[in-house]
Amino acid sequence: MDLGPHAVFIWASYAAVTVTIGGLIAWIVYDGANQRAALAELEDRGVRRRGGKPTGTSL
Amino acid sequence: MQSWTQRLANPTRFMQVSGTLLPWVAAAAAALIAYGLYLVFFVAPPDYQQGETVKIMYIHVPSAWLALMTYGLIAISSFGLLVFRHPLADVSAKAAAPIGAAFTLLALITGSLWGKPMWGTYWVWDARLTSVLILFFLYLGLMALRSSLDDEGTAAKLTAVLALVGTAILPIIKFSVEWWNTLHQPSTNFTSTVDPSMRWPLLIMAVGFTLLFIAMHLAAMRNEVLRRRVKALRLQEAASRDGLPAHASAAE
Amino acid sequence: MTAFFALIKRDLRLAFREGGALGTALGFFVVVVALMPLGLGPDLKLLSRIASGVLWIALLLSALLSLGRMFETDYEDGSLDVLATGAVPLELVAAAKSIAHWLSTGIPLAVLAPILGILLNLDLAAFPMLVAAMLIGTPAVSFLGAVGAALTLKARRGGLLLALIVLPLYIPTLIFGISALSAALGPDAAGGSASSLMILTAISLVAAVLGPVAAAAALRIQLH
Repeated sequence: MDLGPHAVFIWASYAAVTVTIGGLIAWIVYDGANQRAALAELEDRGVRRRGGKPTGTSL
Repeated sequence: MQSWTQRLANPTRFMQVSGTLLPWVAAAAAALIAYGLYLVFFVAPPDYQQGETVKIMYIHVPSAWLALMTYGLIAISSFGLLVFRHPLADVSAKAAAPIGAAFTLLALITGSLWGKPMWGTYWVWDARLTSVLILFFLYLGLMALRSSLDDEGTAAKLTAVLALVGTAILPIIKFSVEWWNTLHQPSTNFTSTVDPSMRWPLLIMAVGFTLLFIAMHLAAMRNEVLRRRVKALRLQEAASRDGLPAHASAAE
Repeated sequence: MTAFFALIKRDLRLAFREGGALGTALGFFVVVVALMPLGLGPDLKLLSRIASGVLWIALLLSALLSLGRMFETDYEDGSLDVLATGAVPLELVAAAKSIAHWLSTGIPLAVLAPILGILLNLDLAAFPMLVAAMLIGTPAVSFLGAVGAALTLKARRGGLLLALIVLPLYIPTLIFGISALSAALGPDAAGGSASSLMILTAISLVAAVLGPVAAAAALRIQLH
């Protein structure tokens, strides 16, 4: 694919978007896994919400 | 009459609904962006003036649109928190801020990378770029204010006040930046009318990015709901074993 | 209404009794402006071209210095709680404190600005406009600053955060404050400056309505 004399700017733009959004998604997934792990660990120790229904599995 | 926002006010209900929706939204976003990229790189013609550089537009314009839309969403959420005390409003505002800031940053980066071949420099104090830069500062202010307050409820409400003040000032800022720009340099006439052959890929990319935003926002909101549950359970645990050495509750 | 004026008087008396606050702001204003030629070189032509911008930015930064204390001292000694439960609505309290801040900081800075303008070789013809624009523009600085001061009352790193929150809100004031000056030096002096001054007035009026309401909302959230 020939993108002309300014190809480097086009690739840099797309790379910036890929890296930023990829990083955001990775952070969200990592954060979610952490919270779910913390919740599962609390439930294993028998700490439940007043509703009593396990929450970690309803995801 | 119950609106959908009222029905979603219950976090458990929200977790159910969002859990069902999330994979579909994410898949649709991925499909649309993939199709959009195919159109951009293999179908869309180069611009008669800008050549292939116009390909940057297909990610710059959606990023700029999301930068604005997210601030609008934060403003609505803030209003929902302060006026209706909607329990998910702050979850929404808190989750949206970093995503909006990221898209604002992307609009700035792609804008300046687009500007280098067009204007000959990476940065021009063009009215639009300047307004987006100021929008980025507003996002930074929102996130900094929230992170510097310890109590979650206070942080939520104060951030909401700031978001609404920003919403009230933003049109004045936009007006003054445009005035300032016409005073100092002629309009760059940067994005004139978009040719129909480019409009379609641009629309696909814009919708794809919007769906991507919705997916990320939903996922971040879900994380936030879970984070608050974990916090509440830790407090509950600490309270129930009052008197005992509370080593477990301090564990992060 | 008498309570409102009593509040302004009280804040002014406190500001002048302390004395340090005003002195610090004025001293900071002078130092920042004096550093500019040292950083940019003593080229008088360049300095006179950028003088209005330098003076306005230095004024905004100097006003920022004293904003942090607007509610802080009253919060620490508990008088803010008394004011919140008193007969005067919190919006008026915030307005009174903003006006006191303008009287004790905005006006002195605006009056000092022409003297610093001499250091920067600002055209003498622009001096009346400089003072007028600053007197009309600084109420917005105080009223919007009150919002920032109220929001960061309990925050960690309050001072830095205040600057980050408030400075973007000052952009309209900055732009029209400078455009009033450059219009005064241009060909159509009277017309161009008048429209800029009108817009500056409008910005200050908007800030005078928005600022106290938002500041009072922020204070209520933290006091209860």
